[in-house]
Amino acid sequence: MASTTTAAPKAPGSDRLRQLSLTQRVLARPAAGALIIVIFVLIVFGALSFLRGNGAFLSRAGILNFLDAASQIGIIATAVALLMIAGEFDLSVGSMVGFAGIIIGIAVTIWGLPLWLAIVLAIVLATLLGAVNGFIVVRTGLPSFIVTLATLFIIRGLSSVLTSSVTNITYIPIDPAKVASDPLASLFAWNLSLQEPDGSTSFLQVSIIFWILMAIVGVWILGRTRFGNWIAGVGGSASAARNVGVPVARVKITLFALTAFSAAILAAIQSTRFTSADILRGTGFELDAITTAVIGGTLLTGGYGSVAGTFLGALALGAARQGIVFADINADWYKIAIGTLLLVAVVLNNWIRRRFAGLT
Amino acid sequence: MNLRKKAFVALAGAAIFIGACNAGTPTSGGGAVAGPDGALVKRSDIKIEIVTHGQAQDGFWGVVRNGVKAGAAQMGVTANYSAPGQESDMPGMVSLIEAAIAKKPTGLVVSIPNPDALGPTIKKAVDAGIPVVSMNSGSDVFKSLGVLAHVGQTEYEAGLGAGQRFKDAGVKNAVCFNQEVGNKALTLRCNGFFKGLYDKEDGKVLTGQISDPTGMQNTIAAAIQADPTIDGILTLGPSVAKPALAAVAASGKSIHLATFDLSADVLTAIKDGKMDFAIDQQQFLQGYLPIVILVNYAETRNLPTGNGQGLIMTGPGFVTKDSAADVIALAAKGLR
Repeated sequence: MASTTTAAPKAPGSDRLRQLSLTQRVLARPAAGALIIVIFVLIVFGALSFLRGNGAFLSRAGILNFLDAASQIGIIATAVALLMIAGEFDLSVGSMVGFAGIIIGIAVTIWGLPLWLAIVLAIVLATLLGAVNGFIVVRTGLPSFIVTLATLFIIRGLSSVLTSSVTNITYIPIDPAKVASDPLASLFAWNLSLQEPDGSTSFLQVSIIFWILMAIVGVWILGRTRFGNWIAGVGGSASAARNVGVPVARVKITLFALTAFSAAILAAIQSTRFTSADILRGTGFELDAITTAVIGGTLLTGGYGSVAGTFLGALALGAARQGIVFADINADWYKIAIGTLLLVAVVLNNWIRRRFAGLT
Repeated sequence: MNLRKKAFVALAGAAIFIGACNAGTPTSGGGAVAGPDGALVKRSDIKIEIVTHGQAQDGFWGVVRNGVKAGAAQMGVTANYSAPGQESDMPGMVSLIEAAIAKKPTGLVVSIPNPDALGPTIKKAVDAGIPVVSMNSGSDVFKSLGVLAHVGQTEYEAGLGAGQRFKDAGVKNAVCFNQEVGNKALTLRCNGFFKGLYDKEDGKVLTGQISDPTGMQNTIAAAIQADPTIDGILTLGPSVAKPALAAVAASGKSIHLATFDLSADVLTAIKDGKMDFAIDQQQFLQGYLPIVILVNYAETRNLPTGNGQGLIMTGPGFVTKDSAADVIALAAKGLR
């Protein structure tokens, strides 16, 4: 205040502009709640790990461990969050992970395609299926919850039919030598190995890099591009968006395709890293992804949300999940911890939104 | 538009139905095979219902199903395999068994993962005069339910054998990785394992989901980091073995590793000396033998008695470095 009174010639600030403190401005971001949750999780499990074990949770190996766990859900969650901001769900995303993996496995082991072509094929097929999801939603006007619930079953069933008719086995091992010699596959299976003082090796897995890249692209799309504005507009009110000329159908179909694309990326990472495909992979990921987006401050009703928050949400889930093991707590507690985190995050996000972001 | 909407809703409904009950797939033997002269029933009239708790989606149960297929084809009978959408869905399994009973089959094959939930319904089938053979899970209860025979391995003894092998290898601090908490058979495996290793049924159990291999690897890696004295890991299925191998390799330690059940990559790891052994329960036979037993029982009332109590063991066998190479190709084809 003192500085403004001495600077006499300067015109007083307009009373139409509200002055906001730094705290208010930070907390007004949709990701604020998720940031608080992440800090809370790191402190709690960091402390527990020191009290009950050897504090490995916050060592380099421990951090790389939980980042890897977080990246699995994080890779999908960016696209899922964008889709939710546009007002739609995709329950089929977990089944898409299993399906894309099976396509890779069958294409390599049965059809004899080179691995890079198998991966491209799986990504293209999954993306097309995602677009079909979006097309059905847009054309029928049915809730995407129902449509993608149906496609969840259809895609899981398709994976079963494919494996039982083509391979007879639902767990398809892929020759590790093929992964090592294939340029695209070795990109998806890449990791940076770091020597730890105790003689063990820890890995910076490529999945962590994919996760961060996807989040950066997502933040950029949502915050800096016309398409990003369309996403929020479509989720806020589809008819209002349509009236101002937003191609609502195209936005939604693109986002469904993007979600399926990210599922195929995860499938490519998992099947090259574990040199195998398993029909059960990705089961339950749809709910994990939604949980992540909601912890990140995304509203179930659409129109509001954050990719940065979703990134933090995935980090919180990954850290909590591995933190329980590092703290030597029975892993059965993981789901209780996740449920509690989700509840706390929603309440916190709600409160922050009303109090600081001026939204109800 | 309206018609299209209706058509779509119907389609979605059908898809949900198919997904939810994951209902059976009949395998027909073609009827080209003739039974012995004077048989009580004609071979081509024999219809056998199989209801298990294992989705065909699971690698292990895919092999069981291949055993069922082979049995039905060789015997020239019709076999119908069904399983609930979720392994733990006992009400779902009860209704599948009810449906199987209503079809009045020549014989019924069931797995009994949860005797309390399934017992009354299996009893109902026995009371209705349907010959029942159980397989895989239920070795301790089949007799009391009136089931003719049980084909499988006893889980506790299999775990016990694994524990003793670890003890002989000098393991002091081992973990048991349970990917399906609540399945009694898996709990028994871990209990038996700890009994064999420590002489008490208590030890460190890790859990995870087959759907998330990275999560399983990270859980095992975290456990090794949190407790550097861990020198042995037992996994209860091949889908867990691969992530466990990765975690052990990263730890840079020599940790003894063994798994229940086979897959091509588990066998390769054993051949290469990266795993100690795999416990083989020959689940192909668990699908195959009940079909053969029920056909013979239906035609001639002949019934093998196994150990004298009706228990026919298919395991535990132990696949080690010496025997792994022979079975790799068969595992890749879903026959082991």
